[in-house]
Amino acid sequence: MAKILNVEHLEKGYTNGTKKLTVLHDISFSIEERETFSIVGPSGSGKTTLLGLCAGLDHPDNGMISLCGTSMSSLDEDGRARLRNDKVGFVFQDFQLLPTLTALENVAVPLELQGDKKASQISKELLAKVGLGDRFHHYPSQLSGGEQQRVALARAFSNRPAILFADEPTGNLDSETGEKVIELLFELNKDHGTTLVIVTHDNELAALTQRILKLKGGKIVATENTPV
Amino acid sequence: MGWIFKMAWRDGRASIKKLLLFMASIVLGIAAVVSIQSFGDTLKKNIALQSKSLMGADYKIDSDSPVNEEVVKIMDSLGGPRAKEISFASMAAFSATDATKLMQVRGISGGFPFYGEMDTEPVSAATSFQQTNSALVDATVMLQLNLKPGDSIKVGNVTLPIAGSLKSLPGSNAIFSSVAPPVVIPYLFIEQSGLVQTGSRIDYEYYFVAAPNQDMEQLDNALDPVLDKNEADLDTHVSTSRRLGRRYENFGRFLNLVAFVALLLGCVGIASAIHIYIKEKLRSVAVLKCIGASRRQTFLIYLVQIAGMGLIGGIIGTAAGLLLQQLFPILLQDFLPVDVQVALAPQIIIAGVLLGLIMSVLFAMYPLMSTLYVSPLQALRVQAKTNFRSKRAAFFVGLAIVVFVLLFSFWLLENWKYALSFVGGVLVTFALLAGIAALFIKLIKKYFPTSWNFEARQSLLNLFRPQNQTLTLILAIGVGSFLISTLYFTKDLLLAQANLESNRNSPNIIMLDIQREQVDSVAHTVQDQGLPVLSNIPIVSMRVQEINGKNANQIKQDTSSRVNGWILSHEFRVTYRDSLIASESLERGSLTPQIANGERPVTISVSTNFAEDAHVQLGDTVTFNVQGVLLPTVIGSVRMVDWSRLQLNFSIVFPKGVLEDAPQFGVLTTKAPDENASAKLQQKLVRLFPNVSILDLRQLLTVVEDILNKITLIINFMAFFSILTGIIVLLGAVRTSKYQRIKESVLLRTLGARSKQIVKILALEYFYLGALGAISGIVLSLISSQLLAWIVFDTPFFPSIWPFLVLFPVITLLVMAIGLGSSIGVIKSPPLQVLRKQ
Repeated sequence: MAKILNVEHLEKGYTNGTKKLTVLHDISFSIEERETFSIVGPSGSGKTTLLGLCAGLDHPDNGMISLCGTSMSSLDEDGRARLRNDKVGFVFQDFQLLPTLTALENVAVPLELQGDKKASQISKELLAKVGLGDRFHHYPSQLSGGEQQRVALARAFSNRPAILFADEPTGNLDSETGEKVIELLFELNKDHGTTLVIVTHDNELAALTQRILKLKGGKIVATENTPV
Repeated sequence: MGWIFKMAWRDGRASIKKLLLFMASIVLGIAAVVSIQSFGDTLKKNIALQSKSLMGADYKIDSDSPVNEEVVKIMDSLGGPRAKEISFASMAAFSATDATKLMQVRGISGGFPFYGEMDTEPVSAATSFQQTNSALVDATVMLQLNLKPGDSIKVGNVTLPIAGSLKSLPGSNAIFSSVAPPVVIPYLFIEQSGLVQTGSRIDYEYYFVAAPNQDMEQLDNALDPVLDKNEADLDTHVSTSRRLGRRYENFGRFLNLVAFVALLLGCVGIASAIHIYIKEKLRSVAVLKCIGASRRQTFLIYLVQIAGMGLIGGIIGTAAGLLLQQLFPILLQDFLPVDVQVALAPQIIIAGVLLGLIMSVLFAMYPLMSTLYVSPLQALRVQAKTNFRSKRAAFFVGLAIVVFVLLFSFWLLENWKYALSFVGGVLVTFALLAGIAALFIKLIKKYFPTSWNFEARQSLLNLFRPQNQTLTLILAIGVGSFLISTLYFTKDLLLAQANLESNRNSPNIIMLDIQREQVDSVAHTVQDQGLPVLSNIPIVSMRVQEINGKNANQIKQDTSSRVNGWILSHEFRVTYRDSLIASESLERGSLTPQIANGERPVTISVSTNFAEDAHVQLGDTVTFNVQGVLLPTVIGSVRMVDWSRLQLNFSIVFPKGVLEDAPQFGVLTTKAPDENASAKLQQKLVRLFPNVSILDLRQLLTVVEDILNKITLIINFMAFFSILTGIIVLLGAVRTSKYQRIKESVLLRTLGARSKQIVKILALEYFYLGALGAISGIVLSLISSQLLAWIVFDTPFFPSIWPFLVLFPVITLLVMAIGLGSSIGVIKSPPLQVLRKQ
């Protein structure tokens, strides 16, 4: 199978005043199309930073990232935004729905950015699929946490992404709701044939993916295949 | 682009309350600017439309001396005047009430006015006074002196019955009428009055009605140079209305600036509110970028929102301004020369709407630019650095704002120097107020009163909490207070200066037009009343004949000459004395006190403005025409003259020993201790010397005060917009930081704070803001008024205590009321409910 994400010798640090803090050291790995993959590690291990770099949300200090066959360093910010709009989906820990838009409008945004005339129809279908067929015109503040994350899932899949990045998708949910959301995530992933990259510190959730990358102190400590 | 508009609408729809508040910040400023602009335009059009009624004729030829044969020939060639008028200021006595008053006597013949009307009570008096040989007396004087038609008026040697009261008359100026109100008498009585004598300031006017298609400009161009040579002047209804229009334009421009300050204040409110608004939106911007929106797209979403808001603000403001201009004819009724029919001008409507759009976009641009630099990483839980601190962007946005404000000021003022001074003044005021706010915060941080109780400390801490509005609030409150107190202090200053003259041991009664042979008798009459003769000033009339050997006519025709026209056409009233007076100081050269009879050259002293306008220096020669006799002189000194003092000042002063034998009249001054003594003296003088005009400076002061009060009312009306805008900015700032406050007070209440304590914290916070803003504004205004007093008026200034006693507490309380009023919901609701609402 072809590689959809390839990371080589990645390094990233931040400066805090005069102090330089290295967050990621010499990270290399790759993910194949349709693979499900998780990045685990304790708080502060650099998981979210790694996810952000893989999705082109920031520049690495050193190293190379190639997403969907395109080298990130060859693109400017708007080029990376276009790539995300075409190929990438996002699920965030705190849902990150646009508070001023209704559920339907939130789901439609990625499609509208692509200029898709059927944005509203596709969004309705997706919302119905995640069980929110009766909540099209509700604002995020009128929805529960679980419902908001389901809207976020619908939005993440609306542009039929090649790869989906999920950052602690159940972090803000109770365990029961979290389980339902994960079930839905994997179901949608299967239906759409998307590559799934999850950042989590939940080992049970990580075990649901085909491969696990373990980070500690910004370094890879292990890459494991799971029996899935 | 369609998606951007859609997103701007979707996002704006949910933030409509906040956006409306931002919009309100500029609505009033725009309304103020548009109303003044529109009214100015309407007035100009109305003056042009009613120009004939303003003059009462199509054109007139006037002169300050009887016209010569050449002029008579010209008038004959024009078909002869349809009406004649001789006018001058003179004392009038009213036997019914024993009162005397300085009045403008207008002797009119013919059917004047030919356009417009003489408005009288009874109406028939306007036409009947000529046949019944009676007078029409200014309506205000009739009321003041309790006169009735049938009472008599004595002007010089003539006593006439009063036919009625005169409400309005073409060619009468409302302001001048307050000093010398008009009395109209039939022309034939002028001669009999015996008041037309050498030295009196007399205007001879000849009114014409033109053929229907006569070109006024052409007539003016053809005749004016010829008439000018013969010391006469042609005024057409077109040129008169243009001149009048310009006079009102100047006042309108000043009001426009007051309105513009309101708009600028609103813009500061917008910049601050957008700053907070955009900060709240940055998370959404990051999410949009995550899911593929470009920098340009996210920037445009909010730019479209702000521009839309500015556009709507512009439209509402313009509409409000157009409605508001209906009030101006009422406010300005005492000053308006014409009946104003309010009209709409498309270019002003467009300017108003564009102003709303441009000002909001310009002032929102800097905070808006932060959307360009938001990292999409912010959508994840990474604390990415997105602090937008581009100095270059700030510089260019700042520059664009200053340039636009400068251009707009220039558009309003049509003078670069004034526009630059205005923008400089605004920048300095805003910078000083911002500096005071920053210094205040720094001082609190450095010397934090740790021993104060919890509420007092907490309220101080609130002033520099993240996203605080301290700077905006102090600016809004400060500029408002600055404006009101500056207006008040300036009026104080003008009045103080006038009062100074009346309180000092300086004359308060000036007796003019005293014939040479009457001087001693008038002086005795004054002394008989127990009053001193403070000065006896001889006055000789003359015109400039030559400057440095070049004839006045040659200079007039020389297109390269920079000599100001008035120097060559003015009839100068000149005096002679051997020393300077209090209002004068020597700038260059030395004053020649006296020269021996017949000694030449005659060394004279000229005022600085004469020297500048005539382009003459020390040693230059000026030849004067003293009623037919040519008198060569050399400029020996240049004096600085303070023309603003209420006393007789002169452009040209001769030494003693030259003009003693020239035809002249005298001016005596005295000081009457009270109105009673003044009235007695006036009655006696009018009876004995009817040709002597008397100026009572105390009365003049009342007139000045009255005019100032009326002007202040209009200016205050405009300043009111700044105050209202300040209140709206205040409301906006309070609302914008409301959620911050909610969080804090909920936390405090959860920790056990009582409502009373929270109210106290909030009240103290607003007290600090209100008090600091108000005191900074008032003190800044005090300093600028003091500077104005030293530099411009050159007079000691004792500020009134009123702004401190009234303005300071009122503004502070208002700020507290607005602050607490909008937070009351937060205090009343239970913590959980408030938390859920978020």
